[in-house]
Order: sequence, then structure tokens, then C-alpha cells
Amino acid sequence: MKKILSLVLALGMTLTALAGCGSEGESSAGGSGTGLSGTVATDGSTSMETVIEFLREAFTEENPDVEVTYNPTGSSSGIEAVSAGRCDIGLASRDLKDEEKETLTGTVIAIDGIAIIVNNENAVENLTLDQIAQIYKGEITNWSEVGGADAEIACIGREAGSGTRDGFESITGTEDLCKYSQELTSTGDVIQTVANNPNAIGYASLASVKDTVKMITVDGVEANVDTIQSGEYKVQRNFVMVTKTGAELSEAAQAFFEFATSADADSLIEQAGAVPVKR
Amino acid sequence: MDKVKKFVLVFEKIMQILFTICGFLAVAFVLLITGYLIVSGLPAIREIGLKEFLLGKVWASTAKDPRYGILPFICTSVYGTLAAIIIGVPIGLLCAIFLAKMAPKRLAAFFRPAVDLLAGIPSVVYGLVGMIILVPFVRETFDLADGANLFSAIIVLAIMILPSIISVSETAIKAVPKEYEEASYALGATKTETVFKVVVPAAKSGIAAAVVLGIGRAIGEAMAVMMVAGNVANMPGLFKSVRFLTTAVASEMSYSSGLQRQALFSIALVLFVFIMLINLILNFIIKREKK
Repeated sequence: MKKILSLVLALGMTLTALAGCGSEGESSAGGSGTGLSGTVATDGSTSMETVIEFLREAFTEENPDVEVTYNPTGSSSGIEAVSAGRCDIGLASRDLKDEEKETLTGTVIAIDGIAIIVNNENAVENLTLDQIAQIYKGEITNWSEVGGADAEIACIGREAGSGTRDGFESITGTEDLCKYSQELTSTGDVIQTVANNPNAIGYASLASVKDTVKMITVDGVEANVDTIQSGEYKVQRNFVMVTKTGAELSEAAQAFFEFATSADADSLIEQAGAVPVKR
Repeated sequence: MDKVKKFVLVFEKIMQILFTICGFLAVAFVLLITGYLIVSGLPAIREIGLKEFLLGKVWASTAKDPRYGILPFICTSVYGTLAAIIIGVPIGLLCAIFLAKMAPKRLAAFFRPAVDLLAGIPSVVYGLVGMIILVPFVRETFDLADGANLFSAIIVLAIMILPSIISVSETAIKAVPKEYEEASYALGATKTETVFKVVVPAAKSGIAAAVVLGIGRAIGEAMAVMMVAGNVANMPGLFKSVRFLTTAVASEMSYSSGLQRQALFSIALVLFVFIMLINLILNFIIKREKK
């Protein structure tokens, strides 16, 4: 008897919990209908995945009939796709080249700021961009060469294919040349590892860095939202939405584009770990 | 009465069909996975070339001029597993002998659940403890820039394979007929002599099965190894950051595309072949034992 009772109780509780889920989903979906419908195809930079994911989620919540697709192919393929008309909005994590600017328009929606981090015990406060590149290329191997203690440097990085790694390596000009001592699969792992190892240097998105590690200044500039927005801090790159110059976007794509560039998107972009543009 | 009989017959029939379906389902999953791995793993090998793929020493999957050589991963997996076995088997075997022959009953009753618990700890926990405690320890002890290397991975793997080695070889040791031991004692042999010259040789195929099982576990482990080995595609060295076959697949899968993704499936295929070989050896040992 007791068993049956507890079973019934458990079932009842599960149902109540499920019912709670259901009503919550309905209210948020049914709250606002803008009447927009259609598909918005985006294509391009893999580094922009998190930002686009946050924007897409918030946008489809307001416009439930619009479907936003995202095809992670890389910046150059995204630019090519939009100029060939294979997608509505191209995504690039670099600025457009001059010849691309002839037919395409780039709009910066966010800035990717990459913090250079070392262990809290490390005495080094500043490195130049060139020194950082030399450290990762294995040309500087001891902290004493850059004003620190006499200890070998351990270079911590991300796995091949990661957007942060791609960003860091393209900014420092160390593509395919880095001699890592660890390749980790998440920003959190990198920060944790640097926090545990006094010899380590690593890189991570600015937003995820807390005081467990020390952010160093690059060419004397501290990494924060202001220096990134003004462009003083060097280890940064733009997240760009690319559209065809002169061509008109579909109604849904236009709405998504405006949403992504509006002030409403700022907090989402921050949540996604990037820095919003200055308005 | 007739009705009841009929119902029972129909019910039996239904259950029989259900059992059969479930049986086929399990086999179907194995065949499905095997088929899928072969179909998705072969194209990249064909494109890269079998020799370049298996014997190439450079893995640079996202470079402008990509190279897909997995020899570093194969060597690392083989070295890591062998070293873990070399460390883990003696400890595991002696522990099994202790549990089966030496330990007082009460102590054994406490030890056995503890060993079982070791087997039940999720591998991510091994990895986490390894990352927080072992890696800094290795770094400081050997005065290295970074403690995440093959050595740390070997230690973690050696601990992880202990429970399977202990429980399988303990069962094998216990299965040795008591008369063998008694005969040995009657001839004036000491306990140690009896254990090493009579019991262990008599249980050798069971112990071999334990070792093979340990190899299987070590070569297939991904999570714990990923957290302590550093994951750089170097040719293996004891204090170098290395990448295993398993971690090569796991670490790059999330952002991979095109040939890189296909090559990851090919690595999984190679790993699958390794595991198949190990299982074949295990089956061979067990069959020979039955004879």
C-alpha cells in the first residue's frame, strides 16, 4: 500500500512539474506576435556561433514565425556565400578587404576582446604583442626574458577549430606556428589551468576572465570594455555582419539585422562573451 | 479453464517475440555503429592515403596546408596503455592475492566494496582530481613548466584500470582448487612460494583476461586522459604534452568540418579496430581456458 501511495505521489509531482514547464513555454511564446514570418539564413564565421546563438534565441522569442539558420563555414566562405546570394547575411570575424568592400557592406555588431592571462603569482605585468607572439612561437621560453622569474613558460591554448584560438593566432600572426604545452577544449579549462600553474600563460574571452588569474596589459594597454571599444587594446577583432551593397534584405532578414545592431542586443552580446560596439 | 489456457499461450507468444526483438536490437546497434564507422571513416583515409594517415607524424588539421598523420596518437595510445599496464598489473595482482588469500575476513569485507567503488567513480572525477592534484604535483616534483603530460596520464590510467584487474584476477585466484594449495603446503612450501609457484600459474589465463580487460579500458578512456595529458599532437615523450586516439576525436569534434571531421571518424575507426583486436584476444584466452 505504501509503495502504491509513494508511486502515485511521485507521479503527481512529476506531472505538476511538467505542467509548470508547459505553461511557462506558452506564456513566453504567446506574449508577442509581430506577424513577421520567413527564414533568415546566416552563414560564416565559426567564432561568432555563441553571439549568433544568443541573438537568434532572443529574436525568435519575439518573432516565433521567423526561422534563423546559421551555417558555420568560416568567415571567407560566409562572405562568398552572401555575395553569391546563397544566404541573407554573411558573418565574418574579420574586417572586409578592399576588393570585397566594392560590392559588400560590413556592419560591426560586436567586438571580440581576447584577454592575455597569467597566474596571479606571476610578476610580469605587461607584454608587447610581439613578445606574446614570440612566447607562443617558442622563441621566448623563459619568464626571465620578459622581466619575470626564472621559470620555463607553459603556453596554454585552445583546440584547433576554436574561434578564440583562431582569433588569437590571427591577431598575433602565429597561425600554425604555436608551440602549445596544452590544448584545452574550453575557456573555463584554460583559466583553471592558468590559475593552477605559476608558469602558465593563456588566452580567453575577456568576459569569462575573473580574478582567479591576472590579466596582463598588452603594449601598456589594459583590456577592458572601453579600451576595446576605442581600439587601443590590440588583441581584438570585429564581428561583422556582411550584406550586399544596394540589395534589399527580406523583411525578416532586415528585422534580424536591425535587432542585432540595436542597443537591445548589447546585453545579449555581453552574455555571449563579446564586447558591444560603442554607440 | 480453456480461456485461461489460451491467454497464457498468447501471452507466452507475445513475450517470446518481445525477447527476440530486444535480442536483435542489441545486435543491430553493434552492426549499425560498425557500419556507420566504416562508411564515414573510409572516405578520409582514401583521400589522405592510408600510409600518410597511419604513418604521418604531423597532425595539423586546421592549418592552411592541412596534414593528417595520426602516428603520434597511435604511439601515445600504445605507450600510455602499456605503461599503465606495467604499473597497474603488479599492484592489481598483488592486491587480488591479498584479498583472496592473505586478508583477514573482516578486512577483506571492507576492502572489496572499496575496490568496487573505485570502479564506479566516473572518469571525469578521475580527470578532475588528476588535473587539480596530480598535474601540479608532477610539475613541481620534476621541475617542469607544465605537469600535463604523458606521465600524468599514465598514472591516472594505471589507477583507473586497477578495479577491473583486481576483481577479475581475484575471481580467477579463488577458482583455483584448494587441493593444489594443500599439496604445496604438504610438501613444505611457504605461503609466498605457494601463491607464486602454484596459485598464480594455475590462475594464469584468468589473470591474462584481467590484463586484456585493463588494456581495453585504458585504450578507450577519453575524459580523464583529456584533462591531464595536455592534448598537443606531439610524438610521445614521458614529459611531453600528448594526445591519445580517444582525445584526438573528442577534442576537435565540436568545431570540425569537412575533411577534418571525416578524418576524426577515421581515427575513431582505427580506435575501433584496436578495441576489436583486444576483444578477439580476450575471447581467445577465455575459450582456451574452457578447453
